[in-house]
Amino acid sequence: MIGMVEALLKGMATTLKHAIKPPVTIQYPEVKRPVRYRFKGRHALKRYDNGLEKCIGCSLCAAACPADAIFVEASENSDEERYSPGERYASTYEINMLRCIFCGYCEDACPTEAIVLEDDYELSFYDRASAIYTKEMLIDPVPEDGKPTPQETEPGKYDRSIPDMENPQ
Amino acid sequence: MTLGAIALRALIVGFIVSFAVITGFAYTTLLERKFLARLQHRVGPNRAGYIPLPRRGRSERKLLGGILQPAADAVKLFFKEDATPGDADRLVYNLAPMMAVIPAILILAVIPWMPGFSLFGAVFEPYFAIAPGVNVGVLFILAITSIGVYGVVLGGWGSASKYSVLGGIRASAQMISYELALGLSLLPPIMLANSMDLGVIVEAQGPFWGEWDLPFVIIQFPAALIFFIGAMAELQRHPFDLLEAEQELSSGYNVEYGGMRFGMFFMAEYMKMVSLSAIFAALFLGGYYGPIPFAADLPVIGLINMLIKIILSLMLMIWIRASWPRFRYDQLMAFGWKRLLPFALANVVLTGALIVLFG
Repeated sequence: MIGMVEALLKGMATTLKHAIKPPVTIQYPEVKRPVRYRFKGRHALKRYDNGLEKCIGCSLCAAACPADAIFVEASENSDEERYSPGERYASTYEINMLRCIFCGYCEDACPTEAIVLEDDYELSFYDRASAIYTKEMLIDPVPEDGKPTPQETEPGKYDRSIPDMENPQ
Repeated sequence: MTLGAIALRALIVGFIVSFAVITGFAYTTLLERKFLARLQHRVGPNRAGYIPLPRRGRSERKLLGGILQPAADAVKLFFKEDATPGDADRLVYNLAPMMAVIPAILILAVIPWMPGFSLFGAVFEPYFAIAPGVNVGVLFILAITSIGVYGVVLGGWGSASKYSVLGGIRASAQMISYELALGLSLLPPIMLANSMDLGVIVEAQGPFWGEWDLPFVIIQFPAALIFFIGAMAELQRHPFDLLEAEQELSSGYNVEYGGMRFGMFFMAEYMKMVSLSAIFAALFLGGYYGPIPFAADLPVIGLINMLIKIILSLMLMIWIRASWPRFRYDQLMAFGWKRLLPFALANVVLTGALIVLFG
């Protein structure tokens, strides 16, 4: 009996001790917690330093996608209207965020490292139509010393779709 | 004073007190959520309404975050869809929430809030309450709190769900088991004050200062302890909340209720929490004679004393909720019948003997 009362009082002392400590709550919309290094959030389509898009519209990401969330439609590049190096670029690039499971297979499949899962996790929408993220929403802004696409380029400079890449360190 | 004048005064005072306690109920839920959150390293509701304090050059400070949370909850409950289960007994189903709320409000009738005073010619004697000077006040409380269980049982039965029926059965069994100990714990204060009038019991505990009047929690600590345990069981609060044990019954008797019908059960629970805290304050903590002196000279101090005691008692209940695990059903019954009841009986006998011997 005495032991029971002692245990009960000990429990109450423990909770009171914790009441004095500051709360661990992070006030979310005002304070955002940084994501982890390999966090997989919303996809981003990358650009080269000169502003050309890395995506060449090959649809390998769409093929790799287990949830069938990606739709790519490719069009021809020309030297007068160049979007990306090589023959083709993605004229339509859509990801259905309701289907995406953020597995990152698209990232692995991409031959040009064009699609990367970044740290934006605030993906919410009021209707299903707005769950489809288009190319304009996904693509990174043009870098400072680059030009927006389409660019007019000198012939023969960008006939290789896939850049020279280094082995991962 | 004529009978009509008494009735009119009771009506006006009753309206004011009920309104105050309904607001108080709303803020009791906020107190519970905030204080429980602090005990669990959380912040609690802090979005709905705050007082901004602009500070030069820095981001503004937010004072009293969540002050409008009860209002937001009420709006939500009022506008929620309120579906009735197909097999429900409609009459009983609709009646049960009201039968839970009405006793919870009725208890307020006999609680003394302030010492007697007169205001604009209206005399509140011998103390300020809806029905002052009821000489069976304690009996009235016991009767009304027991009626409260009908709402729970009928709500469980009327909604035609096995979980709610089980919750209702548990409620009635628990109520019967702890009512006895609760009733017996009320006897020592009655014997010490020689009256069942709550105001007389408060007066017997005196203004504390100068004379040898002590609150009954010091003279009769066992009775106060039993009353508090019994009150928590009566309120179906932790650690006696096994009629709404989430793991077993999802939420017990109110599982089929939604919208404001659920809100009324919720309201009944928290209003009973407030009123039983007030009764605890009146019976054992010295009522309106409290930590702040001169209540007899300035009645408002009496009201403040009463509120301090009610809030402290509410916080104790919340603190217990954060700390202790729930009883198992057989443990609940064993504790009620084998420990609490004999203890309460022995206490009554001992108190009675001591009063007769040294009286």
